[in-house]
Formats: sequence, structure tokens, C-alpha cells
Amino acid sequence: MTPPPTENDIRERTQGVLDDHAGLEGPLLPILHGLQEEFGYLPADALRIVADRLNISRAEVHGVASFYHDFREQPAGRHVVKICRAEACQSMGGDAIAEHAEGRFKIGFGETAPDGSVTLEAVYCLGLCACAPAAMVDGKVVGRLDEARIDAIAEEVRA
Amino acid sequence: MRLIQETDFGTPASRSEKTVTLTIDGFEVTVPEGTSVMRASAEAGIKVPKLCATDMVDAFGSCRLCLVEIEGRNGTPSSCTTPVADGMVVHTQTGKLKDIRRGVMELYISDHPLDCLTCAANGDCELQDMAGAVGLRDVRYGYEGDNHVTARQSDQPNMRWMPKDESNPYFTYDPSKCIVCSRCVRACEEVQGTFALTIEGRGFDSRVSPGMHEDFLASECVSCGACVQACPTATLTEKSIIEIGQPEHSVVTTCAYCGVGCSFKAEMRGEELVRMMPYKDGKANRGHSCVKGRFAYGYANHKDRILNPMIRETIDQPWREVSWEEAMSFTATRMRGLQETYGKDSIGVITSSRCTNEETFLVQKLARAVFRNNNTDTCARVCHSPTGYGLGQAFGTSAGTQDFDSVEHTDVVIVIGANPTDGHPVFGSRLKKRLREGAKLIVIDPRRIDLVRSPHIAAAHHLPLKPGTNVAVLTSLAHVIVTEGLMDEAFIRERCDWDEFQDYAEFVADPRHSPEETEAITGVPAKELRAAARLFATGGNGAVYYGLGITEHSQGSTAVMALANLAMMTGNIGRNGVGVNPLRGQNNVQGSCDMGSFPHELPGYRHVKLPEVRAIFESLWGVEIDSEPGLRIPNMLDAAVDGTFKGIYIQGEDILQSDPDTHHVSAGLAAMECVIVHDLFLNETANYAHVFLPGSTFLEKDGTFTNAERRINRVRKVMSPKNGYADWEVTQLLANAMGANWNYTHPSQVMDEIAATTPSFAGVTYDLLEEKGSVQWPCNEAHPEGSPIMHVDGFVRGKGKFIVTEYVATDERTGPRFPLLLTTGRILSQYNVGAQTRRTANVAWHDEDRLEIHPHDAEQRGIRDGDYVRLASRAGETSLRALITDRVAPGVVYTTFHHPGTQANVITTDYSDWATNCPEYKVTAVQVTPSNGPTEWQVEYEEQARQARRILQAEPAE
Repeated sequence: MTPPPTENDIRERTQGVLDDHAGLEGPLLPILHGLQEEFGYLPADALRIVADRLNISRAEVHGVASFYHDFREQPAGRHVVKICRAEACQSMGGDAIAEHAEGRFKIGFGETAPDGSVTLEAVYCLGLCACAPAAMVDGKVVGRLDEARIDAIAEEVRA
Repeated sequence: MRLIQETDFGTPASRSEKTVTLTIDGFEVTVPEGTSVMRASAEAGIKVPKLCATDMVDAFGSCRLCLVEIEGRNGTPSSCTTPVADGMVVHTQTGKLKDIRRGVMELYISDHPLDCLTCAANGDCELQDMAGAVGLRDVRYGYEGDNHVTARQSDQPNMRWMPKDESNPYFTYDPSKCIVCSRCVRACEEVQGTFALTIEGRGFDSRVSPGMHEDFLASECVSCGACVQACPTATLTEKSIIEIGQPEHSVVTTCAYCGVGCSFKAEMRGEELVRMMPYKDGKANRGHSCVKGRFAYGYANHKDRILNPMIRETIDQPWREVSWEEAMSFTATRMRGLQETYGKDSIGVITSSRCTNEETFLVQKLARAVFRNNNTDTCARVCHSPTGYGLGQAFGTSAGTQDFDSVEHTDVVIVIGANPTDGHPVFGSRLKKRLREGAKLIVIDPRRIDLVRSPHIAAAHHLPLKPGTNVAVLTSLAHVIVTEGLMDEAFIRERCDWDEFQDYAEFVADPRHSPEETEAITGVPAKELRAAARLFATGGNGAVYYGLGITEHSQGSTAVMALANLAMMTGNIGRNGVGVNPLRGQNNVQGSCDMGSFPHELPGYRHVKLPEVRAIFESLWGVEIDSEPGLRIPNMLDAAVDGTFKGIYIQGEDILQSDPDTHHVSAGLAAMECVIVHDLFLNETANYAHVFLPGSTFLEKDGTFTNAERRINRVRKVMSPKNGYADWEVTQLLANAMGANWNYTHPSQVMDEIAATTPSFAGVTYDLLEEKGSVQWPCNEAHPEGSPIMHVDGFVRGKGKFIVTEYVATDERTGPRFPLLLTTGRILSQYNVGAQTRRTANVAWHDEDRLEIHPHDAEQRGIRDGDYVRLASRAGETSLRALITDRVAPGVVYTTFHHPGTQANVITTDYSDWATNCPEYKVTAVQVTPSNGPTEWQVEYEEQARQARRILQAEPAE
């Protein structure tokens, strides 16, 4: 696992992200996306710096950041597997697939493997209902999930 | 007596002058345009059920309980967010609405504890009330599912449950009782303007979060109490309510902290104060409060409070508790003896800006009618005496020109030498609200105060001047306005003396006053100063708010006049949204000045030399009044050292701590033979006292305070004085012991005497105050209901007077030995010398004074954050811990003076305002060096104080 960034490191890289968004109107969400891209999550120290630069309170930044599930407070695993738990996928056997995935990855939804290899998350609709059940692995969508596909994904992320 | 229940109209009042008429439940209602259907209903006496709406914040429309049906419209709109329209027909109770509301309540209650009987909000819970209002009888969903209520669920820890946050000393946050109505979040944003709260998460995960999921104490919260006031459940509850229970009656009174003069309901159970709730009808605070007025009243019951009179022959003896009779006869004999030996002018009084108008009036009357001299002065000497003098000269009245509501109409604000968010927090919040609405702000202060930049507020210009250069900066601003032709000539010609203005204009137009020239003296960039001047002159309604950073200088009076000049030349006097507004430090500084506390002025600012004025008092009091002005505080101390001034009666002021040059004050006090301290606590001055008369708190007496907007507010007794007598009674006892024959039985009689003798108070009676709530002087035949805004049709003195304001640098200068400039200020949670706030849980926020120093200056001296440093000036030295921050500029250091251990005034010099002797607290040349602990003086003083505070235990009765 990569060591967590130092305080100075966070400050510098956050200032960089903020500079990239200077002058933007309504900049908070783009900045949060930028930070997540930079760090893989939203370090609390970075949010304090954002609040200060935008002249808003840290409570406000926290309110926005915590509203969206995609913004992380902690670093994710090296791979992120998001399995759709919404209605269309459920109707195509998604629940069983999800259960299989939990067993195969040996972690529950919202958890990261102890070795940091993978994070398993639920999403609610990837817009891929025609190919349900669906998932997204490291940003790429995967359709027509079955146990074999899950196993293959597991092999890949554990590699 | 009853518990005052103020109507909650659900949404704020509309300011529109146009009205619309609609029908609600068959009743015709006429309200201003823009009013919500909910508020219109409430005004008609119809209560629409509601949870997320309250009239201190804007409508939000989240609770879905206030739904109504409107004929001709689809669905069930929420009444809080729907504005009224002409001819609208509204039904607030239909079968459909009943079903929806009951269903909504069922959902709320399915995730709420059912411990109503043991809940702190029992009897004051809107959720409980609404369950009753909608007829909730059953919760079909049960309580077994996901919830925030129970710590454990099916033998597992419940991850949604959060423990109670008890970090704030005054209130608790219990997330398990929260219904996520956001009222607290909105109160923090809209009313207080701190934005310390948010709703974290979403959907069922939503919870109120201080800061970034921090506890309240660690968050940005300033503990103003607005969120607690807004909370409809027991989620945010005062700890006093939890400990005591709900109050049963309440009395409206006035806060005894700063000069804002907030109205509060003192909510009582018997003689026990349960809590202080800001009063919505209070015209200074409009229902808002700060941590001091709302919560910091615990000093009234503190164990340090002295409840019995005490005397001693000499100050090295321990105190001896005696009866009131003995104390009075001891004191009267001594004071009369001193007068016999050393002459009638050898004794005097100091009146208090903390006590009521009536009490102050009596103390100065004691000097003038019983001591038969004019040796009366007041602590205003050390704060706002230049305001009285400067504004008196320029406008003709020694007071601010506006009411606080005026700030709602301001477009450009100059804040100079004041830090409202710390020193006058409720006004600070009202100002911030206006700034968020778009008003522009110019801050002139050596230090980057919070107003310069804090969430959603940013000053258009911050002019970080060098301490001591106010007059140079203000004259420079005037230079820009005059030379660029930005003045309001029509106003000046009509309202001011045009010839005087031309002399003045010629003076300021001199190139030596240009920003480019003064930059070298003031340190303010010329470009910034020019831009600020242009903004103020052309930005619409311009208002000036200032504090002790203006007055406590060798040129304090000149600076006040310079502010008056600025306001007059830009036509910013005499209407809403403009004016020159001193932010008064203490609750009754204005009043103590009005009441004739100064040695040269009888009540109403009339010189003692004027025989016609003396005659008014002489005929009423039956004595002859000395026509010579008496001694000011510094002169009293000088005379004491010289051996000609021997006795003093000090009511409610700690001159040893609050007056400059502590060594000189202590020498003066030590030289006196009868020092009478009348106070709540054995303060620092009492270490030099021979008589200690226990005082009463503002909760224990009737009277009036006059706030910074000249508003005379009633102070009402809610409990009997723990020391036996209200302060006005103690003064009367002393006067009578010295041979007077005073027979006041109620402070209203004193007010009648004030009204009978003082023209600006002529119309003031307790009956009028009862009827109106408060009035602003002048209140007389011409202004029977008082005067919110002064100088409306012309200046009180006739023509506004422009006075030439030559900058004369203070004699206090930096040099190689003392290269830094020290300036002093105040912090939100503490008040003045801290005698009260240090004896409350407010110490959780500020338990010591720190020296703010710029990183550059700190590094040069090898000082790290938190290190003990020695702070030395020409006058003395002390030590305290450093706080490294770039809020102060290089070359400037800053500290507060709330803790006696620090003794910041050991450092300050005896330089003072040329006109009024107001000490120059805000500029002292100092050196800062690393240190390893308290200085010799601090150690000695501590020992002396410990000795002087000894009280003999009373002999057990035989």
C-alpha cells in the first residue's frame, strides 16, 4: 500500500488543484472531483484548505463532500468494483451475484480488502439495464455478470 | 407572572408596503405582499402545523407538515414557501391534509425516542406539540427497523446511533433526537452568520454536523445559542434546562455585558434563573444573542462573590466581616474625618458603566450634594470620553447617531478600531447579514480581524494602519474625497457651516495629506486608501462604526472629529443606513456619561460652570453645587500621591486592572486612607481598599441601561439581592450615613428626578418604558417617543462643525529598545477585565491572554508558538505566552486584557487623549523577548493580592 500523503504534500497538491480551478464560478464540486482524482480520496486537511480558499466554512465543504457517495473519506483499494444493486439488475439475479462477489472477495459492500487490493461498492444503476446484471470495474462497465465473470474479475484484481 | 410565549409566525415579516387580501379558512386576511401563507395564517390566529419553519430564518419547506390546499391550484403546497396572492382562498385543514400530516408525523416518530416523560424538552417540544396537533395515535412502522435512536440493535452496536455531544459547556447535542429540520443549520447561517453547522450525508444517513463531523467545542461554533433557540426538539438543549427543568415564569430584562444592550427573557423557576432567552421584541438584538449574554451568567452564584460588607483599618490587615450598619458608620466617619482634616475636596467617587442609570445618578449626586464637590469620574474616562467630546463638538450631542436597525439600510460600512464579531457580537451578526446581502465593507485596523475575511464575508478594503495613525489615515481619506470632488456639496451647504468647511477643505487638500505622502507614516498603501475613499464617498448610504481603537489614543478626540467630518462631507448623517456610530464597550457607558459622571458636567452634558444649570439641581437638592469642575481619575491618583486626595468610593469598576500604568494606580490607591470598593468580587482594586461593600447583579435590581444607540432599556429584578441590597440602596445608605436624607424606595423615583432635571430625558418614565419596551433619547416634548435617528432635519448644535484634524504623532514611539508596537483588544468569550466571564464556563474558550506576534518578528527573536515571552515597555513588564499569527503585521503585537495574571496595563503608559485624558491603551512601544515564566512584578503582585484578600473567619457565636 502507498503510504498516506504528508501534511505538506497534501497542502501543495491541494493548492495545485485549487489553482487549476481559479476563477471558476461555483467551483466546489469540480474542485472536489479534482482532489479525488489527485489523492484517490478527499483528505480532511485538503477540505480545510478548500474551505479557506473559497471563503466558506469547513462545515459547508463537509456537507457537500459527504452528500455524494462517490467522494471518499478514505483511500480505496487498488481496484474498485461497483456492482449495481438497483431494480433491473435485481430482477436479473443481481442479488445472488452480489452475494457471490462478497464471498469471492471476502469483503462486504463498502469495504476494502485488508491487503488494499480491492474495494467493493454498491451502485444504484449504471444505465446498463439492457445488459443486467451490471458492474463497473475501475471505471469500465461490465455487463451480463455471472459467477464466472465475478471469478475472473476477482482473479484480475487480486493479481 | 407568567412565562412569556412569543408568537412564532413561521417565516420572517415581509417589508413590502403593498398589501394583499386573501381568505384563510373563511377569514379575510390582509397582509404585506410577499408574506407567506403560513405567516398570514398565524397573523389571523390560525396555527398551521409546522416543524422546519420558524420566523428567525427563511422558509425551507422540508418538513411537509404545513401543507395547505389552495382553491384553483393543484396539489398541496407548503404554506411556508407559498407567498400570498390577492383573492387566494386557502384551506388549512381538510381530510386530505389531515391524512398527509398524520402520515408524515408517523414517519418522524418511527425514528424518534419515546421518552417524552423524562425528556428535557418535555413541555417545550414542538415535535410533541405537532404529534398532538395532527392527532397521531399509532405508528404503523414500529420502532424495530433502522433507526438513530438506540445504541444497540438486535444485540449489535447500531452504527447509525451517535452518542450525545456534551463538549460545549452550555448545551448538549443529542443526535438521537434530531429530526433533521435544518433549523439549527439555518440559524447558524442566517442569524449568526458563522456557518458552523451543516447536514452531513444524505437521505436516512443525514445528521447535523458541527464543522467536519467534529464536536461542538472543536468546531467553528461560537456558542451564540441561536441553534439551541431554533431547535424544535431536545436535540440541542441548554444544560441548565437538563439540570433544572422547564421555567415557569419569565421577565424581560437587559443584558449587562456590552454596549449592544440585548433584551432577554430571564426564564425563572422561583428565584432560580433557568436560562436567558433572547427577546424577539428587543430592538437592539431582534431576538439574537451571544455566548456572554445567553449563557455566561453563572458568576452571579460564583463562590468568589462576596455577600457581606467588610472593613479593615489598614490594607495589610485581613478583612473583617461586619454588619451593614457597622460598615456604613465606619465609612461615614472616615470619609467625614478626611474632609475635616484635608478639606472637602479630598474625597471623591467613581461611577460605574456597569451599573444602572439610576445608580450612577445617585453616585454623582453623592459627590455633588453630600461630599459637596465635583470629584466624580467614570470608567468611560478610559474608553469613550473622546466620543462624548468629539461628537459633542461636531454635532452637538455626545452620542451615536443611529439605531442598530439602521445597518439594514447601509451600503458601505467603515469599521475602524472595532472588532464587532468579538466585542459586539450581536451587532457583528447583524452587520454580517447586511454584508452578505451585498453591502461593501472597509476595515481600518492594524490587525486582520474576522470581518476582513470569514465565511461569506470579505472586506472590499482592509487598511492595516500602524497603531497610532488613525488621524493621518482619516485625514487622508478626506483628502481624496475633497480633492477628487466627491463630497456632497448640497448637504454641506445646507446642513453645515460652509465657511468652516472651506477652511477645512483647504487644510485637507494640502498635498502633505495625500495618501502617497501619508503612506510612510501610516503603512497603508496609497492605492488601497484612495479606492476606499472613493467607495465610501460614492457607494450609497455610508455608515461608520468605531470602537476603542479610535478613542484610546493621544489623538482620540481628534479621530472622532475626523470621523464626523467624513460623515458630514459625504452627506451621511440624518437618515437610515448612515451615521457615526460608536460601539460602546460596556452596557451602560452611554448612560453613565449621560448621568453626569464627569467632573465638569452635570447630567445631560451641561457644564457645572453654568449657574442656570446648577440652579435646577440646587433647588431640587437643597444644597449649593460647587461651580468648579472636580478631579478626573488620573488627577485623583496624582493628588493621592501628592497627599491631597484621601478617600474614594468606587462603584463597580476595577481601576487597578482597567486603568493605564498599573504601578501609578497602585501607588495612588496605597496613598489613600479610605478606599471604598463596591463590587461583586474582591477585585484587584479591593487589594487596596479599606471598605468592601458587596454589590448586586443586574438580575437583582430594577433600573435602566442606555446602550450604544441611546436606547434606554429596562433592567428588571428577577431575584432578591444575595447581598441584601441593590446597589442604589447601598449608595443611599452611605449618603444617609453621611448625613443626607434620601428616601428613594424605587429606582423609578430616581428616573423621575432625572427626567425633571435633564431635558433630553424629560419624557422618560417607567410607565413609558413599560408601554414602549424602550426609548431612545432625546425623549421630550419634541420627541415624545424618543429619537431612533438623530440630526434628521438639522444638527442639534445648529450647523454641523468641521474641525481641522492635524495629525500629531504620539510621544510613544518605537526605538531600538522598544521596536514593536503593542495594541490591545477583546475576545468573544471574555469581557473586559474578565471579573465576570472568568467566573463562568466561558474559560473553556479562552483561559489565558496570549500575545499575538507575526512569524517574522517571532523568528527574529527565537520565539516559538506557545513560548513564554517577556513583554516590556518603558512603563513596566509582564510575561505571557506567544501566539504566532499573521493576523498582525510585522512590527505590531497584540494582546487581550481579560486575565489579572497578565496585567497588560503594567505595560501601558500614561499618555492620554489631549482633550479628555482617555488613556492611550492602543499604542505602546514594547520589546518582546523569550522568557521562562512570570516576571518579578507578577510574582510580587500575586503574593500581595493573596495577602490582601484574606478574610477573618467570624468568631463562633457564644
